[in-house]
Amino acid sequence: MSRSRYANRRLFFYFLFGVSATLLLISLFRIQVVDDSYKLSADNNVIKAVTLYPERGYIYDRNGELLVTNQRAYDLMVTPRQVKKMDTLNFCRIINIEKEYFDKQFSKARRYSSYRASIFIKEISKQTAAQLQERLYEFPGFYLQERTMREYPQKSAAHILGYVSQVPDYILKKNDRYKKNDNFGMTGIENSYEKELRGTQGIQYLIRDVWNRSKGNFQDGKYDSLAVNGKDLELCIDIKLQKYAEQLIQNKKGSIVAIEPSTGEILVLVSSPYYDPNLLIGRSRSPNFNRMYKDENKPLFDRSLLAEYPPGSTFKLLNALIGLQEDVIYAGTRFSCDQGWRFSPKLKIGCHAHNSPLNLTESISQSCNAYYCYTFRRIIEKYPTAEEGYDNWRNHILSFGLGNFLNNDLYTGRKGRVPSVDFYNRQYGKKRWKAPTVISLSIGQDALVVSPIQMANMCAAIANRGHYYTPHMVRKINGEPLSDSTYTIPKHTTIDKKHFKTIVNGMEKAFTSKRGTAKTARVKNIEICGKTGTAENPHGEDHSIFIAFAPKENPQIALAVYVENGGWGSTWAAPIASLMIEKYLTDQVSNTNLESFILNGNLMDKEDEK
Amino acid sequence: MRNNRSLFANIDWTLVLLYLLMLFFGWLNIYAANYGEGTHNLISMSSEPGKQLFWIGTSFIWILLILILDGKFYTTFSYLIYAVMIILLIGVLIVGKEIGGAKSWYEIGNFSMQPSEFAKIGTLLALSKYLSQLNINLGKFNTQIKALSIIAIPILFIMLQPDAGSAIVFASLFLVLFREGISNIYLVIVGFAIALFVITLKLELQTTMAIVTIIAGLFAYLLKKNKNSVKPAIISLILALGFVQSVGYMYSEVLKPHQRNRIDLILGKIDDTHGAGYNLHQSKIAIGSGGFTGKGFLDGTQTKFNFVPEQSTDFIFCTIGEEWGFIGSIITIGIFMLLLFRLIILAERQRSAFSRVFGYGVATILFCHFFINIGMTIGIMPVIGIPLPFFSYGGSSLWGFSILLFIFIKLDAYRMEILR
Repeated sequence: MSRSRYANRRLFFYFLFGVSATLLLISLFRIQVVDDSYKLSADNNVIKAVTLYPERGYIYDRNGELLVTNQRAYDLMVTPRQVKKMDTLNFCRIINIEKEYFDKQFSKARRYSSYRASIFIKEISKQTAAQLQERLYEFPGFYLQERTMREYPQKSAAHILGYVSQVPDYILKKNDRYKKNDNFGMTGIENSYEKELRGTQGIQYLIRDVWNRSKGNFQDGKYDSLAVNGKDLELCIDIKLQKYAEQLIQNKKGSIVAIEPSTGEILVLVSSPYYDPNLLIGRSRSPNFNRMYKDENKPLFDRSLLAEYPPGSTFKLLNALIGLQEDVIYAGTRFSCDQGWRFSPKLKIGCHAHNSPLNLTESISQSCNAYYCYTFRRIIEKYPTAEEGYDNWRNHILSFGLGNFLNNDLYTGRKGRVPSVDFYNRQYGKKRWKAPTVISLSIGQDALVVSPIQMANMCAAIANRGHYYTPHMVRKINGEPLSDSTYTIPKHTTIDKKHFKTIVNGMEKAFTSKRGTAKTARVKNIEICGKTGTAENPHGEDHSIFIAFAPKENPQIALAVYVENGGWGSTWAAPIASLMIEKYLTDQVSNTNLESFILNGNLMDKEDEK
Repeated sequence: MRNNRSLFANIDWTLVLLYLLMLFFGWLNIYAANYGEGTHNLISMSSEPGKQLFWIGTSFIWILLILILDGKFYTTFSYLIYAVMIILLIGVLIVGKEIGGAKSWYEIGNFSMQPSEFAKIGTLLALSKYLSQLNINLGKFNTQIKALSIIAIPILFIMLQPDAGSAIVFASLFLVLFREGISNIYLVIVGFAIALFVITLKLELQTTMAIVTIIAGLFAYLLKKNKNSVKPAIISLILALGFVQSVGYMYSEVLKPHQRNRIDLILGKIDDTHGAGYNLHQSKIAIGSGGFTGKGFLDGTQTKFNFVPEQSTDFIFCTIGEEWGFIGSIITIGIFMLLLFRLIILAERQRSAFSRVFGYGVATILFCHFFINIGMTIGIMPVIGIPLPFFSYGGSSLWGFSILLFIFIKLDAYRMEILR
């Protein structure tokens, strides 16, 4: 067959087609056979791991009252690509946001992904969600995703319980068990028992299409797991007493800590000013948190665990006990007091007017300063050097749980400070200080500081006549009593049991004696033992302190009360303590005058007037 | 007596078989791409596989009509058909329905028709007619201009829609002129222009101009003894520099941002898997995840769950790649190669220039669609929305390609009766 002109140019076409096909095949071979990464991407596209959220554990008080529960909340989700033209202003009105905020959130979602859903607004309330749900069909691209939020039916014990929020970044970074937007206990019990409360997330592998619609289980659910709900906690707290304590200390700054001496269970832990824990859930959390954070009265600050004050005269109890243990005084020892103790013209400790000389019991019930200056000197000077004497004294003090962390189940705390030999060596120089130099320690001043919970624990140790159980907050997990030996084995102080009798008598006399420092707070038919204290406050009015336990035999409650700027211990702290004790032991209050005086007492406005 | 013969006498069964094979395989993949959406009732007039069956059936009617008509019909009415097509192309600019920013579709009732798919037939008929005149000489400038105009007029109206993909397909008809004897200088120039175009976009403007100048300098050194070549060399250099400049200008001033993005993606200048690059990214994942043997018919996850956009039309190759793997790729590309080579072989055996030009035109158009479409799904071509012939879902394109192919089959069957 004859070829037409230019027929050879057909070869160019063969060449062009052949080369092109080869090029395509090489490229296809590369991405289909050589490169495995596309298979992974395909799985990532299609298989969606859906988290099944467990319900966070409930929290009860010691009598089974529900303190913390869960409520449904909703995250409003958006898939930007599916959003159509809509009535934005109406939308904003329903969910109560500004147009600017809408725009900001929307562009944020779009930056994340146009095709994937992301949180538009988190934790909207049931009511708002219900309103929105009805009209959601008007707003394609938006949907509601259920999640749980805490709820606090008692509106109390905010500091104890703490709050739950989305897991913060620093936790996300170090703990890969958490994913963005998971719940996390930030403070309080929610934090210290996070492990028990959170439960275990389940996971479900679903096949999803590009619009995230479920297309069934991956491999019939072979790799799926169920969610395990968090464990329920029973706290040692008596919520009735806790609420009463909150009432008593309202409008005053300070704290109340009550412990059951026979177990170390914390009955009450109040820091004032306090707040309704429901303020820190959902969308209102962050504005409320910021407002309280800036509040000059520091409602977020847990004074019961974190404040450190000098123990003041309550500390005389320990010095008396050490004096007896060291054999430098005995029950009948009397020291004279001429309105104080004088070491030199420059160094003296004043005292209030009272009979002189007093014996040991009277020195406690009437809180004589001079008595303890003498006692403290004898304790220290029993040893050849001040350092040795002081170190020995300090070990006695430390055995009451002061000067160190309690190592309990609370999420925060302070060591407090019982100054060491080194501390004074640094302050005064080695061998340049003696007992009189640090004589203020005898009455609980100087560089000594303790936290309210340490004080309450010290009181419990005296109530138990020489030992204490580490104060703790949780007694049962899922109905099982706590078996941790930290809380079940008593810690013994260095003081023998026999020495407590005189001291406890003195504490009782503070109420019963005509000259007792707490006689106005006396309660009929209950043997209360207590000791007033006044912590010197260089910034204003002194802090009012009281520690007490009751009844005298087989004590059931030991507590420490601090009222900042409350002046004498007998003014505010002692009445609060006795009201608490009566309420706890008898479930009623006989001295209603005293009660209403305390309830109406307002020390915060007073400060404002200044 | 040709009229006594059967309709199917002398037709090339190889082409017909390849055609049927492609329809079948293509339809399977359209079915698979839609599978999972509401798995039942896939074969109804409301689903793509169902509609495609309708398009296939109606294509057979067209084919019958083509085979019945006398072979002379096409030579006689080619200019008329061309004119009608041009009018349709103008009309669509006025009454067409705008889809995706382009006025490329007529809407008649429930159906849409894309005139550019049919304009290919008219243009190719007119080109064949013009080039089959006696004493035609493509060496003459006048003839070149006329031939190029036949191609350029529809391109002009298509660019106004605008539909860059179809315009490129029309432009590929230039290759037919090459077969018919236009100077290969043009091919060299076009080749260089494409190369320069890619290099300019890939590198910076100044860098490209420097490279061009250095290469020209080398040539000048090599050709220094040949005085006659100095002048053309200088002119070429100036033209090349001008071209590079205008490419830069076109790129930054004429191209729309989304077109620029698509080119940048291919050249690897931007890396974007969510916005402009989403289609390509998902398309590569679908094809790449098919592996050597594929995930199996109806078992593709990427296409089934709609990760790939336009998966039964322009991105139908994703379903093939995912479910049939590299084997499916070889089969598809193999079928196209058989078809294209067969077309060239048949075109060369034609006695009439008309049939030959038409055959080359069909091959060129199919090749252009095939290469750009598959190339775009795997990222070696920019995303240009043109269908894969006989595979992609869509009535206009299936009708258009079927008519093109079978006019040539008819012409080929009729070749013995053409005396010259």
